[in-house]
Amino acid sequence: MAERELLRFLTAGSVDDGKSTLIGRLLHDSNALYQDQLASVRRASPDSSIDFSLFTDGLRAEREQGITIDVAYRYFSTPKRKFILADTPGHEQYTRNMATGASNADLAVLLTDARKGLLPQTHRHAAIAWLLGIRQFAVAINKMDLVGFEEAVFRKIAGDFRRFAEKLGPIDLVFIPTCSLDGDNIARRSSRTPWYDGATLLEHLESVPAGPRRSGRMRFAVQTVLRADGEPRRYAGQIASGALRAGDPLIALPSLRGSRVASIRIGDRELDSAAPPLSITVSLEDDLDLGRGDMLADPACPPRAGRRIRATLLWMSDRPLEPGRPYLIKHTTRQVCASVTRVYGALDPATLEQRPAATLALNEVGECEIECHQPLYFDPYAENRLTGSFIVIDPIGNGTLAAGMILCEAEEAAAAPASTLGLTVWFTGLSSAGKSTIGQAVYEKLWARGYKVEWLDGDAVRRNLSKDLGFSKEDRDENVRRVGFVAEMLTRNGVIALVSLISPYRQAREEVRRRIGNFLEVYVHAPLEVCEQRDVKGLYRRARAGEIPGMTGVNDPYEPPLNPDLECRTDRETAAESAAKVIEAIERRLAQAAADQS
Amino acid sequence: MPTEISHLQTLEAESIHIIRETAAEFSRPAMLYSIGKDSSVLLHLARKAFSPARIPFPLIHIDTTYKFREMIEFRDRLACELGLKLIVHTNRAAIAEGANPFRLGTAKCCAQLKTKALLDALRDHRVDAAIGGARREEERSRAKERIYSFRDAYGQWDPRNQRPELWNLFNGRIEQGETMRVFPLSNWTELDIWRYIEQERIEVVPLYFAKEREVLVRGELLIPVEHNPPAGPGETVERVVCRMRTLGCTYCTGAIRSEADTVAKIIEELERAERSERENRLIDHDRDGSMEIKKREGYF
Repeated sequence: MAERELLRFLTAGSVDDGKSTLIGRLLHDSNALYQDQLASVRRASPDSSIDFSLFTDGLRAEREQGITIDVAYRYFSTPKRKFILADTPGHEQYTRNMATGASNADLAVLLTDARKGLLPQTHRHAAIAWLLGIRQFAVAINKMDLVGFEEAVFRKIAGDFRRFAEKLGPIDLVFIPTCSLDGDNIARRSSRTPWYDGATLLEHLESVPAGPRRSGRMRFAVQTVLRADGEPRRYAGQIASGALRAGDPLIALPSLRGSRVASIRIGDRELDSAAPPLSITVSLEDDLDLGRGDMLADPACPPRAGRRIRATLLWMSDRPLEPGRPYLIKHTTRQVCASVTRVYGALDPATLEQRPAATLALNEVGECEIECHQPLYFDPYAENRLTGSFIVIDPIGNGTLAAGMILCEAEEAAAAPASTLGLTVWFTGLSSAGKSTIGQAVYEKLWARGYKVEWLDGDAVRRNLSKDLGFSKEDRDENVRRVGFVAEMLTRNGVIALVSLISPYRQAREEVRRRIGNFLEVYVHAPLEVCEQRDVKGLYRRARAGEIPGMTGVNDPYEPPLNPDLECRTDRETAAESAAKVIEAIERRLAQAAADQS
Repeated sequence: MPTEISHLQTLEAESIHIIRETAAEFSRPAMLYSIGKDSSVLLHLARKAFSPARIPFPLIHIDTTYKFREMIEFRDRLACELGLKLIVHTNRAAIAEGANPFRLGTAKCCAQLKTKALLDALRDHRVDAAIGGARREEERSRAKERIYSFRDAYGQWDPRNQRPELWNLFNGRIEQGETMRVFPLSNWTELDIWRYIEQERIEVVPLYFAKEREVLVRGELLIPVEHNPPAGPGETVERVVCRMRTLGCTYCTGAIRSEADTVAKIIEELERAERSERENRLIDHDRDGSMEIKKREGYF
């Protein structure tokens, strides 16, 4: 059988190009709608005619506004094939939902309104579908009835699209003149387009080669390890590519240890061989210590491994990409900490123009360099959709921020700043003065510049290292001593240790400074009234209400530094200005220390 | 040399992948088990996913007390035979106050005995991921739902702001109190379910097979009489050869006239079907967009 049984495809197009109607028509004319569904849609349509768009716009908000917000999945089959259709929104605002639908599709049906021709959104959808790996496009030039089924209009739009597609790369293209309202060339050939002798949309969908390109070398990411009494360990996962047979040699990553397949099973049924996309379990001839996130691969051609990768990101969050900010990456069954170290530029999907950019905003696409805390085992996305893709997750808000497609390993990092010297940067000041805000900003900037940096924040310390301590003078001094001890070890090992701690007593701070030596005291300074007004954690309010005894500034003293290395007046400067000042001071101090050393 | 992978194999592989991801990434997952055909397939897939080990999570059944006796018998026998950890939860307080579909109407009854009971059960057992057998094909708001469907601390679905979900990479990160609903059967159709039941010889509740049953005839609807639904004017109880196409509470699950008494005959019947699966589910039709409203409130 040359064609596969299942075709996954998406439909995309600009708002009002008639996409939902086309789908309704496709389902109706391939007898995929039930009578009661037809009846319910007839009831809801204003004039008891069938409004086909009501089949797919399944949310009340969509029906109210007459737009598609999120991707809808529809299932239908003809005697030739089964179809999973992802109906994706046309509105630019919902591009991420369009990408959701495109990520698992083999083909894109793109709609254009014959009266309007190609719109920026048509280009955008084509480009995003192409980036996500779709190479087969059927362009339905719709609403042909409104241009009198004029062949010249059809030819003109087809020519325009062909020129645009050439800029994308190799692509399979067909153009079909349609009128979805009446069903012309959807499931039945139209008598109103005698000049068109190509296939109807449905004929085309039934005959194109389908199924993801699953060839390639064997890749199997371990999802989980299964144990049962008296049985060898079994590794569970889904085959991403290549074939697997009992006896095949394998290499395990990251251990690089080799073994052979002892057995393959689905459930309790033994198989001689297995191919993508089967979810199987395997046992190995040797006892390797494998866990979730590890990979088994063809030893003759293992995947690439690297912590630094170059990838195309499609940014899907309202909050723009922030280089240096800690993110999580989920790739195969691994989840690693990572940050974007460089944005090479942004691509406008509508014009395919590259422009220089330092960040990516919602719905923007760009090539970036990403540094992960652990290596990824990957293939370029162009070779393997499953081992070449990842998502970026917000470690704080938990949302999915971006979709990533790996291009290659990144070239070696620009050598990290030469210094191997450590330094402790001690932020002291009242509660709500801005210590943590500046600390965080400085941390991210230094990390992005390649420094080894750690951040000891007062609140985190109180939850962990000093969980047992209260707020008496003795306990506060003990807290400062403990943090000082950790900072000293870090400094000795070439790390920049950022400490943000109220540390109200001068003597305790001086003691730490003497012990550490390479020490930068930063006085984060805002008048008490300002801090009290900010009251980020509500502590002042509670202290004034008598709920917290020993609150620094209220009923316990704060002894400001007499001679700080740096003072940040957070009531007069922004956090970014303060952070820039601190970084400048750090780099000056490191340069000076390096000069002293040589 | 590797033979062509069938459509059912593809669906099976996708579902097993999803079930395993959920078990691996959440600390207290559970499977919502409704005893119906989809749940039977889901349970079969879970057993396959973890063989030779046991299913690493419990099953939760929300019992409204208006289920068919045959369903409860089937559930208890299966749990016993397979050695499953089964949690049964009922909103006793609401039932004590007399909640029933005849008095409250179906929308309010569902809110109390299903949605509230479900949210309570998830909270009591500190479940962070609830795996369910819903399919996108069933209903048009379900067609919009992600495989990993995020619910806030009140169990609510926000259809306008779903997380993007690409490839087979699921984002399961949540905060304490929030939950994920996971739908491994999202891409299955009713026919796929029955063809898989046939292929894998999965046992299902006998209510799916046609035989002569006592039903209250209300126009096109055939309402099972097990919990004594009040008859309206002109409505009679008759013995009709029928079967259930979906299973829920007796009153809200209409039977269909059918002679299909084997899995093969059911498949044949569905291939010719002109009416949709949930047409006879009263609860889907109590108002426009009723499934979406229920889902937003926390319903499965």
